[in-house]
Amino acid sequence: MASTRTVAGASGTDTGTAGRAPARPAAPRRRLRGVLELTFFLAPALSLYLGFVLLPILLAAWYSVYDWNGIGPLDDFVGLENYRRTLSDPVFRGAFWHNAIFVVLSVGLQLPLALGLALLLNRRLRGRGALRSIFFAPYVLSEVTTAVIWLLMLQPEGFVDKVFDVVGLGGLVQLWLADSKIVIYTLFVVITWKYIGFAIILLLAGLQGIPAELREAAALDGASAWQSTRHITLPLLGPTIRIWCFLSIIGCLQLFDLIWIMTLGGPANASNTMATYLIDHGFRRYEFGYGSAVAVIMFTISFVFAVLYQRFVLRRDTEGALTRMVR
Amino acid sequence: MISVRKGSALAVGAMLALTACGGGDSGDDRAGDGTVTLTWWHNGNTDPLKGFWQQVADDYTASHPKVKFKIEAIQNEQFQTKIPVALQSNDPPDIFQQWGGGNMADQVKSGKVMDLTEASSSWIDSLGGSAAGWQTDGKQYGVPYSLGIVGFWYNKELFQKAGITAAPATVDELLATIDKLKAAGVTPIAIGSKDRWPDAFFWEYFALRNCSTDTLKSSLSGLKMDDPCFLKAGQDAQKLVAAQPFQKGFLATPAQQGAGSSAGLLANGKAAMELQGHWNPGVMSALTTDKNLNSKLGWFPFPTVSGGSGAADVQLGGGDGFSCSYKAPPECVDFLKYVVSPEVQSKFGALNVGLPVAKGSENSVSDPTLKGVLDARGASSYVQTYFDIAVPTAVGQALNDAIANLFAGKATPDQVVKAFTDAAAQQ
Repeated sequence: MASTRTVAGASGTDTGTAGRAPARPAAPRRRLRGVLELTFFLAPALSLYLGFVLLPILLAAWYSVYDWNGIGPLDDFVGLENYRRTLSDPVFRGAFWHNAIFVVLSVGLQLPLALGLALLLNRRLRGRGALRSIFFAPYVLSEVTTAVIWLLMLQPEGFVDKVFDVVGLGGLVQLWLADSKIVIYTLFVVITWKYIGFAIILLLAGLQGIPAELREAAALDGASAWQSTRHITLPLLGPTIRIWCFLSIIGCLQLFDLIWIMTLGGPANASNTMATYLIDHGFRRYEFGYGSAVAVIMFTISFVFAVLYQRFVLRRDTEGALTRMVR
Repeated sequence: MISVRKGSALAVGAMLALTACGGGDSGDDRAGDGTVTLTWWHNGNTDPLKGFWQQVADDYTASHPKVKFKIEAIQNEQFQTKIPVALQSNDPPDIFQQWGGGNMADQVKSGKVMDLTEASSSWIDSLGGSAAGWQTDGKQYGVPYSLGIVGFWYNKELFQKAGITAAPATVDELLATIDKLKAAGVTPIAIGSKDRWPDAFFWEYFALRNCSTDTLKSSLSGLKMDDPCFLKAGQDAQKLVAAQPFQKGFLATPAQQGAGSSAGLLANGKAAMELQGHWNPGVMSALTTDKNLNSKLGWFPFPTVSGGSGAADVQLGGGDGFSCSYKAPPECVDFLKYVVSPEVQSKFGALNVGLPVAKGSENSVSDPTLKGVLDARGASSYVQTYFDIAVPTAVGQALNDAIANLFAGKATPDQVVKAFTDAAAQQ
């Protein structure tokens, strides 16, 4: 006790402690201010995020362990039965593979096509502005409008068939939407038509960021156009391409509106995606518990993909921006 | 391909979250002066029905000044998603569209629909047998105002062109008719297979013609299709599909959207027949510029199957009605009584968009073809509700999907029966 007092008395004369003393009451106030500021600025975004992103996910997970028709009380607990049923349903598996096909086609066909067009449109050519607008226009249309327009054009003896006839390719005409072997590729063409403009705009923006001096220097060193594209442009376009792939793959996994309107997942489930399967079972069959299980599975697939992609593919691109800011 | 929206994966979750949060104040809409406001959701979102229901509400308010209405006309397909969400909330509509059957039974099981048995006992008989489709366990939970049956709508001119003089009465005659139409270069039957339920009409009619009425009733109420007549129905449907009577690419054809839809093909003379409900003239008139369409149209019931146990006068049908939700004030029932009174029903019949059910209102239907449908309904020994409405929704949709697969050549008759049985086992 005594020794303590001595120490206290001793420290009381110490200038360092004296200097700190008046600051002490101010510290909580500053912290409080910080908390209030954070609350004020974060609350709107945070409450939206909690209410419309996190809460629905949690609720879906909760509903997914019940057999529930969406109207009555949640009282028929079935555990993981809904998940077992989903994963063992060949229709759902088919839907998953259709999503996978869309992913592969997007990255394998749509990307090279968009890249080629972007490189062309990046050159000085007459009517470049007009061409850029034309390619970008479909992206501005809503997915529903796109679907209805193409649904009408793809009817037998419709606009598309007539165009084939006129250019002398009438023999190649197919039942674009009615043939279960072809429908998914027809849909991919429509999706490409709609979204290629976005890829081109994104890639053009990336191309603007590549200094012209690099290509000039390469040209002086005797590099051919192909060589400088292959070894300068493409590597420097890498970040843009990687972010496009990310958006595209997530989009493919969640594909819904266009397919629902054009085919309802048919004929005979040939164009179902996980999302059309989800709506078909959740809403049309009033199996909301089951639909929620499908939603959770879909969410998990997208989420795992997103995390892995960020971790392994986008790491270099986001290192400077994201990681440093967090620290 | 890119979709920046993240929403769709969570669509169902979000909808359900809204359900959980939705609805503030509970219950009675009665104001201090005793005025009560009835919220009314119906599917007449286009004229003439939209204006008609408004008039009915206005007339009722004129004679009952204390009852006011808040009407929302909702597009038919949207009811599927709106009704469960609304019934789950604390503030459901007082009066809402009701198709009866298993869908209604789901709502009843959850205690969301008002039992009208007692309140309607004095007048429900005026609707005859029609009211039965809106009963569950012997209790009345809804009131029909229109009941129609499905049959073949056909283009008389195209039949004439192909040299067909009489409507086919048996399936064999139907197949002969198909051959004649094909020979004349006419697409015999238009079908909207993309929507699946038009396929189901065929399969269900084959079941109606092959199965006895008792088998139908017990199979659908017991959710068991163990009678071989259901297999036969699938085989008959397969035989019809094999005759290739449908338009090119029928698997992707919508039923009602655009001139290329099945209704549009019939309306524009591009196909000779379509198996559809009583609403078809109304749908078709919006899809063609042909002002004389109605005079070209004829109607005949689904033909009989040789050796089938089903009666020729059993028809497939269904109708529209209204229910009161569990929180509705008693005025709701009185208003429904007014809706199905012969007076209002006669005005409804005169619109020629549906077939009124109240006794004494039959003569109000003036369109001769529609009158023919009404006569067939009156002469029928039994009207079987569409299977997908009669059974729980999940079972009905599973059946429709399997039938659609059969039409696409991707399912066998026994797989259709199995799909029904499997879905029923989940119930």
